[in-house]
Amino acid sequence: MNASIDVHNSLQRIYAIMVKELRQLSRDRPTFGMIVMIPLIQLLLFGFAINTNVRNLPVALVDNSHSEIARTIIADLKATQVVRFVKDYATSQEAVNALTRGDVRAALIIPKDLAQRLDDERPLAQWIIDGSDTMVGNAIFGLKNMPLNTLNSRALAGSYNIHKSTFEMTLFYNPERRSAINIVPGLVAIILTMTMVLFTSAALVRERERGNLELLITTPIKPMELMIGKIVPYVFVGLIQMSIILGLGHLIFDVPISGRIDQLLLAALVFISASLTLGMLISTVAKTQLQAMQLTVFLLIPSILLSGFMFPYEGMPRLAQWIAEVLPATHFIRLIRGIVLRAATLIDLWPDLLWLLGFTVIGLLVAAKRFKKRLD
Amino acid sequence: MTAIAIETQNLTHRFGSFTAVDNVNLSIPANTIYGFLGPNGSGKSTTMRLITGLLTPGSGKIRVLGMDIPQQTEALRLRIGYMTQKFSLYEDLTVIENLHFIAQIYNLKSADTKQRINDQLHAYELNERSNRLAGSLSGGQRQRLALACATLHKPELLILDEPTSAVDPENRRDFWEKLFDLCDQGTTILVSTHYMDEAERCHGIAILESGIKRADGSPAQLMKDLGAQVVEIDGDNLRQLKQQLTANSQIISAAQQGTHLRVLIKENIEQPQQWLLQEFSNVMQGRRLTIVRPSLEDVFVHCTGEGRQ
Repeated sequence: MNASIDVHNSLQRIYAIMVKELRQLSRDRPTFGMIVMIPLIQLLLFGFAINTNVRNLPVALVDNSHSEIARTIIADLKATQVVRFVKDYATSQEAVNALTRGDVRAALIIPKDLAQRLDDERPLAQWIIDGSDTMVGNAIFGLKNMPLNTLNSRALAGSYNIHKSTFEMTLFYNPERRSAINIVPGLVAIILTMTMVLFTSAALVRERERGNLELLITTPIKPMELMIGKIVPYVFVGLIQMSIILGLGHLIFDVPISGRIDQLLLAALVFISASLTLGMLISTVAKTQLQAMQLTVFLLIPSILLSGFMFPYEGMPRLAQWIAEVLPATHFIRLIRGIVLRAATLIDLWPDLLWLLGFTVIGLLVAAKRFKKRLD
Repeated sequence: MTAIAIETQNLTHRFGSFTAVDNVNLSIPANTIYGFLGPNGSGKSTTMRLITGLLTPGSGKIRVLGMDIPQQTEALRLRIGYMTQKFSLYEDLTVIENLHFIAQIYNLKSADTKQRINDQLHAYELNERSNRLAGSLSGGQRQRLALACATLHKPELLILDEPTSAVDPENRRDFWEKLFDLCDQGTTILVSTHYMDEAERCHGIAILESGIKRADGSPAQLMKDLGAQVVEIDGDNLRQLKQQLTANSQIISAAQQGTHLRVLIKENIEQPQQWLLQEFSNVMQGRRLTIVRPSLEDVFVHCTGEGRQ
């Protein structure tokens, strides 16, 4: 008898807590929205965006033969839809430069003696591939033994039977096709996004929740001063994190650091500032630390999945690419992979650097503008 | 004529459909301690926030230290100290770190800062706790630290929003001693409270209720001008007596204080004792009726009797 009363009382208390939790949850509108929005948007977005079957990779063409045969080979390559010729260069050096800049993922070098090679049944042309992204590298590598249907059917040069490869493949930057080489620099972007945004997204909200803000806004401090003061210390935290990841990546996973360290530091500095600014923007929107946390997660998932960290940018649908372009992580992944793996310089990669700089400046201005030294 | 530190004209502020401050006119002389007395939600905090420029008024004019608010808020900030109702310093910084932080935010010259902070630590009896985290201080110590920070840059005007609501009576008394010291040194102090004894210490007070200023003046003047008479009635069954009395429209209020009932009667009744004995003859047998001097609480009850929910 006593036991059943105990159980009943216990259940009643559990019920009281449950009802209280649900009431609180239903009154926290943003959280309530997140419950629906996170699965909905993320599923739709990533269901479509995650595509390991890479297509339409931008590649460069160096056609030294200017022949009918070359044109049919190119037509066949286009028909595969694996690559898309975006640039024409006169020399292979220019093509390699474009590869370093990240403008193209590979370059097709068609030699002068194309007809001769066809007769000798030697590989017809050479692909120079950016091997740093293994998924991209593999996709282009798959073209190695491509049958030349058009060429054969038109019988331009008799029947060409492939005994050997159609193309000679040269993998740059990652000849052994190890995925760690691509993952480790990308991981710097992801980890920095995670920690940097998290640090600052809660920054202002925490001051508000603890009551510090009401004091702070009665002092002569200006919004921009507050923003900069809150961001700068974390820049060093970010640089330490990057050093740990790249250092260990170099020691344990043998990730080469081909580029210049000063370029790397500068790129990291700009990205860390952009991420901290993003956190600050969240901080001016969120009302509670919980909301700041949710918004950070909401942002982190696309940064992992759409930034090119896990899946090549080229394989994503247009909408996902647009979203990716907005995320600072996308631009930093291009920068850090370019510098670390392809020894690119910031001058080569200026559009991404500029974007991050612009994001930081505009973001800070918006955050400072949104932050009112008033309570109304 | 003394200078006016704070002046408001027809100050009104609404939050949605709720009028938090309703047509308030204030004229607070410099170098005095001025109190806002009122129940919770009477508009004390909102009025203070309007005066400090933290809120933009819906309508009306505010002039503080000769500056138009909210237009000149930024310039005002250097000249005022503001203590929030909730402890708003950093609990995870030490006493001295908090003081240093405030000193730097206010751009105090670093040469003088050390001496100034040291003086403040002594003046507010925090010198032995200067390396304690602010979060580990007691309520009284926290208030002293908050006051030390608010006065660090020697503001001309100090605004304190219910500074003693979480402080024990002894620390409250000490705290007020500090306020009188500051006032003595030329600081104007605006303080809000719902303690009568604190309000009584002020040079001038404004009684606020539902955002409306019900009365203002010096506590002595307000008590003198009370439009009511106070009679104390003793005896048994005071609860029932109270119910009977308050039903009469001539009686403003009746409040039990231990063994007697304190009754406020409208001043148009000429002989309140006689009148009471006649009106309530059936329940007045054997009771002693004494006319007493009005207290500030009587003033408060008289002013705020209506409109209470």
